[in-house]
Amino acid sequence: MTDTAWTRLDGLARGLSPFALTLAFLMLVAVPLRIPDLSPILPAAGLIAVYYWIVHRPDLMPVWAVFLIGLIEDLLGGGPLGVGPFVLLVLYAAVASQRRVFVGGGFFLLWLIFVPLAAGAFVLSWVFSSLILDQFIAVRPVFFQYLTTVAFYPCLTWVFIQAQRAFLR
Amino acid sequence: MKKATGPVSHLTTPIRAWAHRFAFLILIVAAFALMLLGKADTVLVERARTAVTDAVAPILEIASRPVATVRDVLDQIRELTDLRAENAALRRENQRLRQWQAVAQRLEAENLALRELAQMVPDAGLRFITGRVIGDTGGAFARSVLVNAGARDGVAKNQAAITSEGLAGRVTEVGLRSARVLLITDINSRIPVLVGESRERAILGGDNTGQPKLLYLMPNSEIRPGDRVITSGHGGVFPPDLPVGIVTQASETAMRVQPYIDWAHMEFLRLADYDLPRQLSPSGEVAPAGPPMGALR
Repeated sequence: MTDTAWTRLDGLARGLSPFALTLAFLMLVAVPLRIPDLSPILPAAGLIAVYYWIVHRPDLMPVWAVFLIGLIEDLLGGGPLGVGPFVLLVLYAAVASQRRVFVGGGFFLLWLIFVPLAAGAFVLSWVFSSLILDQFIAVRPVFFQYLTTVAFYPCLTWVFIQAQRAFLR
Repeated sequence: MKKATGPVSHLTTPIRAWAHRFAFLILIVAAFALMLLGKADTVLVERARTAVTDAVAPILEIASRPVATVRDVLDQIRELTDLRAENAALRRENQRLRQWQAVAQRLEAENLALRELAQMVPDAGLRFITGRVIGDTGGAFARSVLVNAGARDGVAKNQAAITSEGLAGRVTEVGLRSARVLLITDINSRIPVLVGESRERAILGGDNTGQPKLLYLMPNSEIRPGDRVITSGHGGVFPPDLPVGIVTQASETAMRVQPYIDWAHMEFLRLADYDLPRQLSPSGEVAPAGPPMGALR
């Protein structure tokens, strides 16, 4: 009886690990590093994390978790509310509709696909944030944040691969 | 996993797919609802934001300590290497500042005498609350930091956040143990300022770049690069005369200001509690609340 309860609890914890890990990364990029001009262009950790998990383990990154990650990112970041969840949901739909492309795709192929997908996500964020704020947001920082996001993709992905090996065999 | 067979699976699969699509649609609608809610700027949104920042504040505080320590050690090593040169520079600066000190003391005495002569209402006193910067959030769409001081420490909305160099921003959200400071470079930041020796009135408006713009200037104002920008105190929210920055670009199309503040070394922020003494008025030496013009009569 208790044995099954423990296995269930264990399974639940393992199942929640992608979500928890993503939240941990959201907090990690918020820690002040005090490196000049870095903070505006820190990579969008939520975007990378959600992309990784909906490609590799869509069962552990359900649509409500995607929404929640976007919402927490918005609340924590102080930016326009609702844009984060919307963009991540669009990413979710884009990946779900082309699932055959991703299945069995190697690391480099997935990174290559991430480049235009992230560009689309940033353009969408920019358009909706500008609409909400009623003015054009400066493009340069957004573009640089896009570049760092694409560049940091391998680092974050490496951590997720280790986590997947450790917890989610 | 057991595979479901028979007529049930024929039914459940479409229902499941349908439920999934339905959930997706509901969440998309919810995202749009959030955008509208955020635009309406209700108390609810602010409460949600402060709840999240309050929840992560202890974690961020612990995480920010080692980063600060490493940073300090690196800074110390760098300082050690050019100690001699810095010493000489400081000697020169000290000499120069001594002259300035003499000038400042003379001006202060003169100022005091003139104030007495004009029976000027004293400015409200300032009380400072110091908070450590524990979160540097925002990305490319917003510029704000989190500090580890909140309502329980006396932080309130619209307090000015400053460092020894100058103005950093304004408190926009206050949680119990954390607060968000909207930096002067944020696209939503609007600060009434005075520019140059002629003290031209303007509004300093951020646009998410490193150098905020001067808005609503008088058409024939004479502003040159190098002019000092200070807070004006108009609106009564901010204390007057806080240093903000230096005009770097003064053309027909845009006037831009380089803030004094060194964003990379912003470890602590002082939050200026401007209104408190006037409200409390413990000894009566501070003017009672109300417009200064009325008090002059």
